Amino acid sequence: MARVSVGIVPAPVITASALTKTYKGFSAVDGISFEVAPGESFGLLGPNGAGKSTTMRMVGAVSTRTSGELAILGLDPDQYGPEIRSQLGVVPQSDNLDMELRVRDNLIVYGRYFGLPRAQVAKRADELLEFAQLADRAKSKVDDLSGGMKRRLTIARALINDPRILLLDEPTTGLDPQARHILWDRLFRLKEQGTTLVLTTHYMDEAEQLCDRLVVVDKGRIMAEGSPAALIREYSSREVLEVRFGSERNEALGEQLAGIGDRVEVLPDRVLIYSSNGEAVLERITQLGHEPITSLVRRSSLEDVFLRLTGRTLVE
Amino acid sequence: MTFAPTRPIGPARNRFLGAVYARNSSAVMSRGLLATRSSNVAIVVSGFFEPVFYLLSMGIGLGALVGTVVTTTGQEVSYAAFIAPALLAVSAMNGAIYDSTWNVFFKMNYAKLYEGMLTTSLGPLDVALGEIALALLRGVLYALGFLIVMQSLGLNLSWTAILALPAVVLIAFGFASLGMAVTSYLTTFQQMDWINFVMLPMFLFSATFYPLSVYPEPIQWIVQALPLWHGVELIRGLTTGALSMALLGHVLYYLVMIAIGLVFTTSRLKKLFLD
Repeated sequence: MARVSVGIVPAPVITASALTKTYKGFSAVDGISFEVAPGESFGLLGPNGAGKSTTMRMVGAVSTRTSGELAILGLDPDQYGPEIRSQLGVVPQSDNLDMELRVRDNLIVYGRYFGLPRAQVAKRADELLEFAQLADRAKSKVDDLSGGMKRRLTIARALINDPRILLLDEPTTGLDPQARHILWDRLFRLKEQGTTLVLTTHYMDEAEQLCDRLVVVDKGRIMAEGSPAALIREYSSREVLEVRFGSERNEALGEQLAGIGDRVEVLPDRVLIYSSNGEAVLERITQLGHEPITSLVRRSSLEDVFLRLTGRTLVE
Repeated sequence: MTFAPTRPIGPARNRFLGAVYARNSSAVMSRGLLATRSSNVAIVVSGFFEPVFYLLSMGIGLGALVGTVVTTTGQEVSYAAFIAPALLAVSAMNGAIYDSTWNVFFKMNYAKLYEGMLTTSLGPLDVALGEIALALLRGVLYALGFLIVMQSLGLNLSWTAILALPAVVLIAFGFASLGMAVTSYLTTFQQMDWINFVMLPMFLFSATFYPLSVYPEPIQWIVQALPLWHGVELIRGLTTGALSMALLGHVLYYLVMIAIGLVFTTSRLKKLFLD
C-alpha cells in the first residue's frame, strides 16, 4: 500500500470495530474490525456465506449492527442512515435495475431519488453513459442489455450522486471473461481517479487486480489482512506445483510426497505442492518414480492463501 | 469525467422522521408515472369501464324494474341515482387497489425496486407516500371519468356532487394506503388472492345495490365496519345533496384508515429493507 506516511494521515472513511450481526442466534458477522482510508481500494475476500454481503449492507447503512462500532464518513449509520447513503454508491450482488425504465432513465430517476436537480442529473447521466460505454444504448430497454452491460449500467447508476465511497458486492460474479475484463478496466479507472472502492469477491484474480489491501473473511471473522502480495508472501510460497494422479490415487500419493517442498495440500482432484521452485519439485517427483497424469507450475495466488488459512478452497 | 473532492456532509436537516423520510416522495411518484408509459394500456382502461358497465346494466336495465329507492336520509331517488354514487366510490377503490396491491407486490418481491430505492437517501415513508400517491391518482382518474358519465346521465341530483371529487381523493387515498400496508406483509401469490376474496363481497354487500336497511341489525354492524360502506354513504350524501353530520364521520373513518396504512407500510418497509 503506497500511502505517504509523513504529514497528516487522512481520517478513515470507514471504521469498523468488533462489528457483529446476529440473525436469530446465528452470527453472520462475528466481531470484525477494519479501517478504510480515503482513496483506498479495499477488498473483502471470502467464500459464499462468509459474511461479506452482510458487512457490505451494514457499511451501506441498510442493515443495523447487533453490536460493535461502525462509523461511515464519521457518522453512525444507526442515526444518520439517509445522510450516509447520500454519499455512497451501491452496486448490489444481483442487479436491481428498473426494468420498466429505459437505460438513460434508469440513471436519471435514480439520481432524482437523491433529491438532485434534474438538469444536473441529466448532464451527469450522459457522462456516465460514456464512461460505462453505453452511450449508444441510452434509449434501449434494460432487458435487451447483456449481463456485462447491465452490470456497467448498475455501476454507472451507483456513480450518479458522485459518491465518496463506492460499494461493490461481487461486481463480476456471473460474467464471462471478456465482460469481466471490461468491467475491471472501468473500476481501475475509478480507482485511478481517487474513488474509494470497497468490494467483496470470491475471485482471487479480481482481488489481486483491484485491491490495495484486503481482508480474508471466513465464517464471519477476519482470518488475515494485508496487500495481496504481502498475504501471498506471508501465507504461501512463491510457486505452486499442481499434480494430478487421478482421483483414486491423489490422497495416497499426497502422503508419500509429504516433505517435498515447503508444504503439501491434497485436494480431491489434485495435489498442491508449495515451494520456491516448482520445476525443481516436479523433477524430484519424477526421479522418485511417480508419474503424474498432468502437472502445472504456477505463481501462488490468494486462493492458496485462503486454502492455507481455512483448509478449504474459495470457489467450490 | 471528474469526481468532485470530498464534500462536507452533516445532519443538516430536521431529525424528526429523519431516518424514514427525506421529503422526496415526488421522485418516487414521477418514477411511477414514467414507468406507467410502458405498462399495458388495455388493463389500465379496463378498470375504468367495469363500474360503468355495472351502472348501465343494473342502473338503467334493472332500474327500469326496480323504480325508486329510499336512501338512508329518507330521500326517494331513481335506482340508477341510488347505485351511481356507490359505483363511483367503487371505481375510486378499484383504481387505488389495483396499483397498491398487485403492482406493489411485484415491485417489492420481483423487481426489487424498493430495495434499490432504499439504498439511496430516500426513506421508507418517501417510498410509501410516492407509491400511494400514484395509486391514488389512478383511482381519482377512474372516478373523474365516472363522475362525468353520471353527470351526462343526469344522476347528479345536487350541486354538492362537485364535492364528490375531493371525497373520491380521500377514498382512493384510504384504499391505496391500506392496500399497500396489507400487501407489504404478503409474500406469496396465494396470499394475494385473499385480497380479491375480501374485495368482491365488500363490493357487493356495502349498500352498493340496495339500502343497508334490508339487513338484520347484526349484519348491518358488520357492513358499517367496512371501509367501502363509509365511502358509498359519503358519496351518496354528496351526489343526492343530503348533507349531514354523518358525512364528517365517514371522512374521519378515512383519515384514520390513511394514517394506519401509512404507519404500517413505513414500518414494514423499514423492517424489510433497512434491518
